[in-house]
Amino acid sequence: MRVFYHFGKYYLFIKRAFGKPEKFSIYIDRIFEEINILGIGSLGIVAIISVFMGAVITIQSAFNFESPLIPLYAVGVAVRDSMILEFSPAIVSLILAGKVGSSIASEIGTMRVTEQIDALEIMGINSAGYLVFPKIIASLLFNPILVVFSMFLGILGGYLFGIMAGVVTDYEYIYGITYEFRPYNVIYALIKSAVFAFIIASVPAFHGYYTSGGALEVGRSSTKGVVYSSVLILAFDLILTQLLLS
Amino acid sequence: MIQVNNISKSFTGRSILKDINFTFETGKTNIIIGESGSGKTTLLKCMVGLNEIDSGEILYDGRSFFDLDFKGKKAIRKEIGMLFQGWCLVRLKTVEENVVFPLSMFTDMSAEEKRDRANFCLQRVNLNNANNLYPSELSGGMKKRVAIARAIAVQPKYLFCDEPNSGLDPKTSIVIDSLIKEITEEYNITTIVITHDMNSVIEIGDNIMFIYKGEKWWEGTKHEILKTNNQEICDFVYATEFMKDLKEKFQ
Repeated sequence: MRVFYHFGKYYLFIKRAFGKPEKFSIYIDRIFEEINILGIGSLGIVAIISVFMGAVITIQSAFNFESPLIPLYAVGVAVRDSMILEFSPAIVSLILAGKVGSSIASEIGTMRVTEQIDALEIMGINSAGYLVFPKIIASLLFNPILVVFSMFLGILGGYLFGIMAGVVTDYEYIYGITYEFRPYNVIYALIKSAVFAFIIASVPAFHGYYTSGGALEVGRSSTKGVVYSSVLILAFDLILTQLLLS
Repeated sequence: MIQVNNISKSFTGRSILKDINFTFETGKTNIIIGESGSGKTTLLKCMVGLNEIDSGEILYDGRSFFDLDFKGKKAIRKEIGMLFQGWCLVRLKTVEENVVFPLSMFTDMSAEEKRDRANFCLQRVNLNNANNLYPSELSGGMKKRVAIARAIAVQPKYLFCDEPNSGLDPKTSIVIDSLIKEITEEYNITTIVITHDMNSVIEIGDNIMFIYKGEKWWEGTKHEILKTNNQEICDFVYATEFMKDLKEKFQ
């Protein structure tokens, strides 16, 4: 029964967050601030992980495709499809759930326990709207960009390390990544990334917003936010894959 | 004027406030005193709508707060300034930005007008040349002043102060107390102060309510509180040896 209680509470929280803004221009500024903090601030980690993951997929694929029956350009196909279909939208989102999610939950949780949220409420400001709405919108706007960035860097990383390690040739890799390319896969990845972006921003914010106690509880809320958003990302990954690809 | 009529509040079956009645007058500093855990902060949170009440009503100049819809409550909240015990300044904003913040949210002032108003409020609380400092660079007394400046920026009709002197030295406490008193009289605000500090009660208290175990135990003026023989109030007011000696000399 507690699941329904928490789901209802989460629904009401989201409803409040999407309530009419006090002043739209302030919210626009806040969205740009959040894009800078949550989005631009994540570019580095996404770039590093994507390049290395692309490289590892290339080397592993080449290692497993040693049979003469499998053409070497299949390495390029494997890297492209792994990055576009799963790695960039889902794994990057899981990493962002850890990085961005913990930061959101601890920021809002600290504001709650230091009465800053109460201060906003007393001023007549919709605290959920002011704090959470810009984070959700920033995440929805920037996560798809991060995902496309990750796809590009992953494929590029695979290319560079594949050539350097000598496991694949220049021609075969490029032929592989263009072989029977389906643009729909990118759309599928972007739809997934938008859903995951909503989860990454809203679930940790929900846990942070309802923190009670002190610093220890802020830490607990942060952990809960990351764990629940990660589990939800995996669950929605399965649901969306079934819905969009089957 | 704020009227509190028959307010009761309990948490998980434990009664915190029992049938509280009081009238907080306009242009006066109304003080709520009581031991820790007596229900002072709960009463304040009920009054500003942060806690729901179990029964009773709270009237802001005749408007029953809990009978209003979301819009009505919001309108009253815009008339409230609050000074929190922990300052509640936004850490990533400068002093000036903190004071400008409520103006940006609720007024259509130009950037220059907002800056002028912020400067006026900061000068009013005697805080000059601190506009570009961050809260982490300020002392406790300065943070309280910024919080007061932010509270008065939107010209509130009601000012709530939760232990404004906590963590401050006696000299700074007097400065903050005087500031609250001056602002209350100057702008004709209904001010409610929660405090443990008997110096504040004597310095600035016009109307005093003593809460004991969730009940209104006593109300009166600062002159009356020094003369009362009520045992619970005497235990609170004359808790220190210094105050006991003072009482003996006074008598």
